Amino acid sequence: MSDAALPAIAAAGAEEVLESPARRALRRLIKRKGAVIGLAVLSLFIALAVFAPLISPYDAIATSWSLVRKPPSALHWFGTDELGRDILARVIYGARASLLAGLISVTLAMSIGVPLGLLAGYRGGLVDALISRMTDAMLACPFLILAIALAAFLGPSLGNAMIAIGVSATPVFIRLTRAQVMGVKVEDYVEAARSIGNPPWRIALVHILPNILPALLVQATLSIAAAIIAEAALSFLGLGQQPPAPSWGSMLNAAQRFLTNAPWMAIWPGLAIFLVVLSLNLVGDGLRDALDPRER
Amino acid sequence: MLNFLARRIAQLIPTLFFVSLLIFSLQHLLPGDPALVMAGEEHDPAVIAQIRKQYRLDRPIPVQYVYWIKGVLSGDFGESLRIKVPVRDLIAQKLPVTLQLAAMAIVIAFLIGIPAGIISAVKKGTAWDYGANLFALWGISTPNFWLGIMLIFFFSIKLGWLPASGFVPLTENWRASLASTIMPAFVLGNAIAAILMRHTRSAMLQVLESDYVRTARAKGLSERSVILKHAMRNALTPVITLGALELGTLLSGAVLTEQIFTIPGFGKLIVDAVFNRDYAVVQGVVLVTATIYITLNLIADIAYILVNPRLRG
Amino acid sequence: MKMWRLVPVLAALLFSLNAAAQAQTTLRIGLAEDPDILDPTLARTYVGRIVFAALCDKLFDIDDKLNIVPQLALSHETSADGKEVTIKLRPGVKFQDGEPLDAEAAKFSLERHLTMQGSFRKPELASLDHVSVIDPLTIKLVLKAPFSPLIAQLTDRAGMMVSPKAAKAEGDKFGLHPVCAGPYKFVERVQQDRIVLEKFNDYWNKDNIFIGHIVYLPIVDPTVRLANLKSGGLDLIERVLATDIKDVRADPNLTLSKANELGYQGITLNIGNDKAKGALSQSAKVRQALDLSIDREALNQVVFNGEFVPGNQWVSPDHPYYQKAFPVPGRDVEKAKALLKEAGVTPPVSVDFMVPKNPEVEAAAQVIQSMAAEAGFDLKIRVTEFATSLKQAEAGEYQAYMLNWSGRIDPDGNSYIFLHSNAPQNYSAWSNAEADKVLEDARRITDMAQRKALYEKLTGLVLQDEPILYIYHRGILIAHTRKLEGYKQMPDGLVRVVGLKLK
Repeated sequence: MSDAALPAIAAAGAEEVLESPARRALRRLIKRKGAVIGLAVLSLFIALAVFAPLISPYDAIATSWSLVRKPPSALHWFGTDELGRDILARVIYGARASLLAGLISVTLAMSIGVPLGLLAGYRGGLVDALISRMTDAMLACPFLILAIALAAFLGPSLGNAMIAIGVSATPVFIRLTRAQVMGVKVEDYVEAARSIGNPPWRIALVHILPNILPALLVQATLSIAAAIIAEAALSFLGLGQQPPAPSWGSMLNAAQRFLTNAPWMAIWPGLAIFLVVLSLNLVGDGLRDALDPRER
Repeated sequence: MLNFLARRIAQLIPTLFFVSLLIFSLQHLLPGDPALVMAGEEHDPAVIAQIRKQYRLDRPIPVQYVYWIKGVLSGDFGESLRIKVPVRDLIAQKLPVTLQLAAMAIVIAFLIGIPAGIISAVKKGTAWDYGANLFALWGISTPNFWLGIMLIFFFSIKLGWLPASGFVPLTENWRASLASTIMPAFVLGNAIAAILMRHTRSAMLQVLESDYVRTARAKGLSERSVILKHAMRNALTPVITLGALELGTLLSGAVLTEQIFTIPGFGKLIVDAVFNRDYAVVQGVVLVTATIYITLNLIADIAYILVNPRLRG
Repeated sequence: MKMWRLVPVLAALLFSLNAAAQAQTTLRIGLAEDPDILDPTLARTYVGRIVFAALCDKLFDIDDKLNIVPQLALSHETSADGKEVTIKLRPGVKFQDGEPLDAEAAKFSLERHLTMQGSFRKPELASLDHVSVIDPLTIKLVLKAPFSPLIAQLTDRAGMMVSPKAAKAEGDKFGLHPVCAGPYKFVERVQQDRIVLEKFNDYWNKDNIFIGHIVYLPIVDPTVRLANLKSGGLDLIERVLATDIKDVRADPNLTLSKANELGYQGITLNIGNDKAKGALSQSAKVRQALDLSIDREALNQVVFNGEFVPGNQWVSPDHPYYQKAFPVPGRDVEKAKALLKEAGVTPPVSVDFMVPKNPEVEAAAQVIQSMAAEAGFDLKIRVTEFATSLKQAEAGEYQAYMLNWSGRIDPDGNSYIFLHSNAPQNYSAWSNAEADKVLEDARRITDMAQRKALYEKLTGLVLQDEPILYIYHRGILIAHTRKLEGYKQMPDGLVRVVGLKLK
């Protein structure tokens, strides 16, 4: 090797050493094709939801007696529903309800679950035992029954459905956070932080939380996917979005009786849910691989 | 080891206690009055008052809880308000149905998820990886009620190959039983397949890079033999225990699937009971399923430790 | 020579084979829900009555013109003061356990309905004081006050006879193994799966019973129910969706049987119990405006393909008690807007619209919401599950409530409990002294012309004050295979099994 090459090699090496974990994760994520496609599809749906008034060809609520249950055509790409409303418009606006439901319910679940998990994992002892038993109890009840009961209790509305799903999804985050905290608790840097007299809350927030964030992020992605399906299920049972506002789940509910007459009413909302949830799953799996310390 | 076991069994009691509290309060906090729901169309106030008295609905909630728990501990889960059948009998009738469905679902999940996971791990990064991924993820991404409706539409209405509803127990007529349960079992199993795939994949990846496998490769064994004989055996054990655990998820998914396919199992029983405010039924069924779930968890933990000597002691 | 003796033997053989073939036949009926307890005294669901139609005969039945005809009883006679009703029973009737149906058994059954703990028949028989046995086939019902709808009550569960021996032995568990006097006796029941009945060979009308077994299968999803019928898994289904009628008519193997229901779908308006004191509860003009903003014909077309019947009274336009003086109104948005102005209300009028969870009802509610919006009403739909909606209706926590009523044969059954002050289902909390008097008088008189005149007054009052807006009457839609012969649909929605043949 010539002398001229050495600085180049040294420079390359230094760059790699200095790359931040986030950047490395991103680089790895982009390498996984599945995750990239997932991200692309997700962005498309988010754009649909945000720019709905600009993109939607029709009003999602305006009924039309003469256009009842018309099959897909040039005028109505997805056909019309049982009250003459354009289905494409309702799918676009429905994205708002579904995506919001996923996001808000998981945010709620994390804001309750992560602190509780931190507490249980770090404190241990009786506090841990109590929280863990209650978490186990919640996990032992079928998720949908919890959500149905909560939603029925709070009253039917999209907001209440979000709360119900969020509460039902909390135990997963408690358990995950607790397990992660217990793994990280014994690391050197935490010991170090403790030995210089940091109060527990500071250790939890500054030292522990950032290190368990990747695992939480992966779970969050997957939980949003499950939450979107849960919202569809609740709306399907009549406990979520109220008519006439559209949501993919309530569209499926109405479509059920027209399976033979107007199958397009069921196909499009179902497809939308499928694409969004699949994308979230792909991104989640990609994130998990990208954040895995064993990978190059 | 024994210590661990004793501790885990001791944890059962408080967990079940919390389950009972949770489901009881959830039911009784629901708006709506079961006496009104049960009152018949004429809503005679005298009849409503009599129902309230007979089922102790006029007592304070903690008192009602005590009565219920006392009954449960002596084996009496109460009576369905709607049809006056003891909840215990209803559970005995319907548990085998849901269990059969769940068992079939797990088999289907194994058949889809494990091969997908193995392929995805062995052929990591290639098109096979993504294909297998998609194949398994497909199940967890579709709302199970939508998938159920679509399947009925194609296989029952359009093609007429399978019955749209009803359930025939395996013991009665295995052909008809299979026909009536294959669609709902597929819908349920699909969702679990993804979870099994993920775990199989990561377990396989771990094993494939282990010293153990490296040694086998170094010995000159064919790749096929390495995978089939050595890697799989080690990777699959945790996955199998996971499959048993997913019973909990299955019971949750069964709720809507049974509704759509009209399978007279737990799921359908619970949904109707929640909407009819048939407290005793919901409480009884949830308590039983929770107990099953927690017990399975415990067995899985024990099995995991037994199989994995490194975790012992 | 002895050959011809074979003929009667052969004939008997053939006949028995045919009978055996018929005895092997099973009629599979798809129900929309699982019935509750199969005890006529404790039962309260509509769908349970469908099973009772085959299991338990009643004192009287109705024909398709809603006239009262004999079943277990042959005749009834009301005394001049209206306080005594003498009923003659049909001779030779046996219960399914072999016990005879005599006056003592009839007395037992009626008193069971009246006095058993938890009986849902009490309000129906509230006017009954006691039952006397006159002779082994005659009973006398002594009433506390004249009550003309009583005989109509005896054509439903209140008139069903149960075997005293079985009822005494089982008590409130009678519903698990019911023993009545109907054409089919109970075999087994698996909750939410099936109810199996088999032919009762000593039925009083056994010559008209040709099918061997009946199986009732509850299938909640109407699409799945129809799919089962089409694929041959079922022979008859109830509650076909209005939007599936075209499909049924197009299928060469199926027939649709239709009748107009006895009940109605309406919107109950909270008048006396509205804590929020919304515009609807404060002024009859606002309620009339809401009524005028609805296009009943268009609603029927859009949601039900024109198959149901628009209405404006508690009985449907083809019912003998319908008041022709008050025809179904058309839509008049201008008048509605004018009425709002007269009432001094500025649109939009916000209304809390409670709608029970049911796809067809929800669709209709959305159509009404859309129509009312043009007149200046903002109906905020709140889809509520049934149990909660009952409670909230009672507590007055609603302003408009999309409630339906399954209907009774006698017009009193469709009006009194909803419109009389303080009646159990008067969720509107409407209180009108004149209306109360009409309702009370009408149930004391038996002469139809007189009653109709009284109800005319009531109709005027109701259409003025609008405690309930009557919107439409549903069709009873039954679809069955063409292999089933002899089926005729009655307005009460029951599936009668006498005379049915399965090819």
